Amino acid sequence: MEAIIIGIAKSAIRLATPYLYASIGETLGQLSGVLNLGVDGVMLMGAFSAFYTVLKTGNLGLGLLAAIVVGAIFGLLIAFVNVTLKAEQGISGIGFYIFGQGLSSVLFSVMIGSVHTVNGFPPLPIPWFSDLPVVGEILFQQNILVYGAFTLIPLSWFLLTKTPLGLNIRAVGQNPQAADSLGVNIVRIRYFTVIAGGILSGIAGASLSIALLNVFQQNLTNGMGFIAVALVYFGAWRPLSVLNGALLFSTVNAIQIWVQVKGINIPPDFTLMMPYLVTIVVLTAMAKRRVRPPAALNKPFQRGEE
Amino acid sequence: MKYKRVREILTGLIPIAAFLLALLMGTMMIAILGINPLVAYQALYNGAFGSINAIADTIVKATPLLFVGLGICIAFRAGVLNIGGEGQLVVGALSATIICLTFPDLAGWILIIIALLVGLLSGAIWGGIAGFLKAYFNVNEILSTIMLNYIAVYGMNYLLRGPIMDPLQVKLGSFIPQTARLSQAVDLPRLIPTRLNLGTIIAIFFAILVYIFLWRTTIGFRIRMIGQNIPASRASGINVPKYMVLAFFLSGALVGLGGAIEVLGVHHRMFTDGSASGFTGSAGFNGIVAALFGQLHPLGTIPASLLLGALLTGANKMQRVVQIPSALIGALNGLIVLFVVGSEYLRRSQARRVELITEVGYNSKHKSKKEDE
Amino acid sequence: MKRNKIIIILTIISIFVLSLVIGVGAEAFRVALIMPSTINDFAWSQSMYDALLTIQKEMGKENFQFVYSENMFVVADAAAAIRDYASEGYNLVIAHGSQYGASLADIAPDFPKTSFAWGSTANVFADKGITNIFAYEPYSEEGGYVNGVLAAKLSKKDIFGVIGPIETGDAKRYTEGFKAGIQAVKPNAQVNVTWIGSYSDVALASEAAQTHINAGADVLTGTAQMTVGAIGVARQRGALWFGYDVDQSALAPKNVVCSVDVDWVVALKPMIDLIKKGERGGKIFTLNLANGGLKMVVNQEALVGQTIEDIVKGNIQVKVKK
Repeated sequence: MEAIIIGIAKSAIRLATPYLYASIGETLGQLSGVLNLGVDGVMLMGAFSAFYTVLKTGNLGLGLLAAIVVGAIFGLLIAFVNVTLKAEQGISGIGFYIFGQGLSSVLFSVMIGSVHTVNGFPPLPIPWFSDLPVVGEILFQQNILVYGAFTLIPLSWFLLTKTPLGLNIRAVGQNPQAADSLGVNIVRIRYFTVIAGGILSGIAGASLSIALLNVFQQNLTNGMGFIAVALVYFGAWRPLSVLNGALLFSTVNAIQIWVQVKGINIPPDFTLMMPYLVTIVVLTAMAKRRVRPPAALNKPFQRGEE
Repeated sequence: MKYKRVREILTGLIPIAAFLLALLMGTMMIAILGINPLVAYQALYNGAFGSINAIADTIVKATPLLFVGLGICIAFRAGVLNIGGEGQLVVGALSATIICLTFPDLAGWILIIIALLVGLLSGAIWGGIAGFLKAYFNVNEILSTIMLNYIAVYGMNYLLRGPIMDPLQVKLGSFIPQTARLSQAVDLPRLIPTRLNLGTIIAIFFAILVYIFLWRTTIGFRIRMIGQNIPASRASGINVPKYMVLAFFLSGALVGLGGAIEVLGVHHRMFTDGSASGFTGSAGFNGIVAALFGQLHPLGTIPASLLLGALLTGANKMQRVVQIPSALIGALNGLIVLFVVGSEYLRRSQARRVELITEVGYNSKHKSKKEDE
Repeated sequence: MKRNKIIIILTIISIFVLSLVIGVGAEAFRVALIMPSTINDFAWSQSMYDALLTIQKEMGKENFQFVYSENMFVVADAAAAIRDYASEGYNLVIAHGSQYGASLADIAPDFPKTSFAWGSTANVFADKGITNIFAYEPYSEEGGYVNGVLAAKLSKKDIFGVIGPIETGDAKRYTEGFKAGIQAVKPNAQVNVTWIGSYSDVALASEAAQTHINAGADVLTGTAQMTVGAIGVARQRGALWFGYDVDQSALAPKNVVCSVDVDWVVALKPMIDLIKKGERGGKIFTLNLANGGLKMVVNQEALVGQTIEDIVKGNIQVKVKK
């Protein structure tokens, strides 16, 4: 029984990792008022860059750096299109998704050509903690990118609630006119959050290609980026709730795999539906809480408007 | 006056300029791969318009884009993002197929109409769920529509590999996940001997219907109002939650109808490759792009869908002719979306400039007139 | 002067006509391939693409040319491609995917001089009076059976994991064969099957492999391109892997025991010969162990001291109920 729980929990944590990076990144952007539906495209570009770098150099740190750089570049482009060019954010996001998916596949075809594996980040047991019963194996015998994803939660919470920057980010998303009149540089804040979001999406992709799966294939993420965006809403723009959402989704997914392995007589299509169904149901049940999205979300800023 | 006219025309050309700029970037990408861009783009054109079959394929590709685009028009105008197009297409197609399989003895035309209605209703319900959850439970529609997409796909897989799998497949032992071919009696009539069928006419008909609905009816007006200003709508007595659900309902209805028409007009059966896009061709996403290109106006969505359909069809031909990796087409597709979407700002600010010039011109003209008096 | 001019013109014309005739004599056999995934998917599409490359190497580029359209998972797009290729006069248009059948049935009658082929299936649409469609059908259950027997003999824990996309088509047949093979050797063994629900969810395939191993499996197998994730896990945790479609040993040389390599050349060569003789369709080409269409590629590196050669060369009776 204990082994089953450990197995499922470890699976859940691994599955949740890319969602955590990408969702927190999207949360930052959305809190400042920018919607980015292109997360999946950036994840794919990050995954490819990291994978190619590690394949050619064998250096994991360099691979991670590649993902960060590529993620930042995409973040810059997204910020330019959404903030400076004031484009329709929902559509531009889809454009970046299609572009990132296509570009990563072309680069893969041309620069690598066939399926390879790499030796990615190995499990890094944390001394003493990893020897704890049950919890030790579940939480403290993962690889470094998994640890990074989970430390991101308290870090982002701290940033958003306890620092002036965090306050500014939320002000920009809630009432940009007021923030602007108080001297906050709307454009700079939004560029910052969107680029940070791009970097985090890039790392999310790298977590797949050079840590968890150690492979790259066309469309590796298979739509994960969209789930990550959905989880932002589940988490009501609060890092801790985003964590809950990612864990809920991933745990149900891990459980349904286990249900299939055990041969329990439910058609696999229905068990596969479970993570999605549960997410909607749980969110519906939580409807009592009054949640308000950032008032300026998806609205480009024009000084003197409204 | 002439100056304004010229500026108006130039402003309207901005999206086209953006489109061409994106193609230019694509040219660079193609050239880097060592392929002659001129050959590539000629293939692109030929694939879209080079023959009767090509034109038919373009229009057939554009039809679901139009349906989805119309659905998006309504949703966007109501201020909500419906990205559940993939799921709604699947649900509409599946239910229409099941109706035709279950009642094979009904007369052709009756069955067609019932099947299309069922497809429309199923899509409406699938979209309506998201609307209902948003309006009454504050569940964000981006989350619910994405989740519903996946649920629809898994449901489709279950049905197609089991209860409604073609009995011929079971007999042959090949177990291909598809239904039996529907009876010819429910084929939508062909317009010319190609794959072009009545579905396109139905789509255009609904485009006009949506236009009339949004701009010439009270309900449509209210839907547009909640898209503009929710507090004001509430203040003027509009039941915002009800109309939000209605917007999703109608949006899903159009998409579901599109799915049903894909089955009855083009494929004549339902099938899957495990994902939604094997059947839909990502029309659920591309239709959103088409709606935007059409300025979120139902009549504008018609040429926009056609253009996008031409691009996608032509790009496939381009891949065939110059043997570039198919993903390059996706990258090009994305670039075009980005450039056109990015150019909107320029267009809007130019359009506003034109208005200002007109105002200033009017004022100065009348000012001088007054002075004369 | 005038007479000289006429002679010159006639000479030029006859040289032109002569060169045409010579050109016509050395006509290459042209094939167009349409695939639902990419040529480097390490599975279904790649195996057919590789087969065409092999034939080209054998026959020479002047005698055999082929073009391809990859990622044609949208059936409508594939239909346009099929029609296009047919109207460009390709000798053989291969629609490599079971979802293309309906489109072929629609298009083939319009191009009686072109040959079409598709699979996996045994349907040549004879009932519709169509005579220019070939079908090819790998007996995946045979490959699965052999893999199952080998797996059963190598497993120490007698628990097996199967990871597949959706329970249809080749994946279903292979899995049934695998189970039957295991049962033939160890009737009490446990075979756990998971279906990932898509062909490309590598992350879920990877977690499925982890869960199988947690449940005690020491041998895994599966089909479709997302199994690269599972193979990675097998490598990491020391499980054995049995592959399908292509030789998958490159990904995990110490863990991939054996792969069912589908050698489409066994179907394509006789098909091309028939077409050259004027028979444009109507035949079903089976790929099985007996005719070499299915080859078991045994990876020696993973067999750690065990010789299985005699088992492979031996007499394995494939008993799978259809």
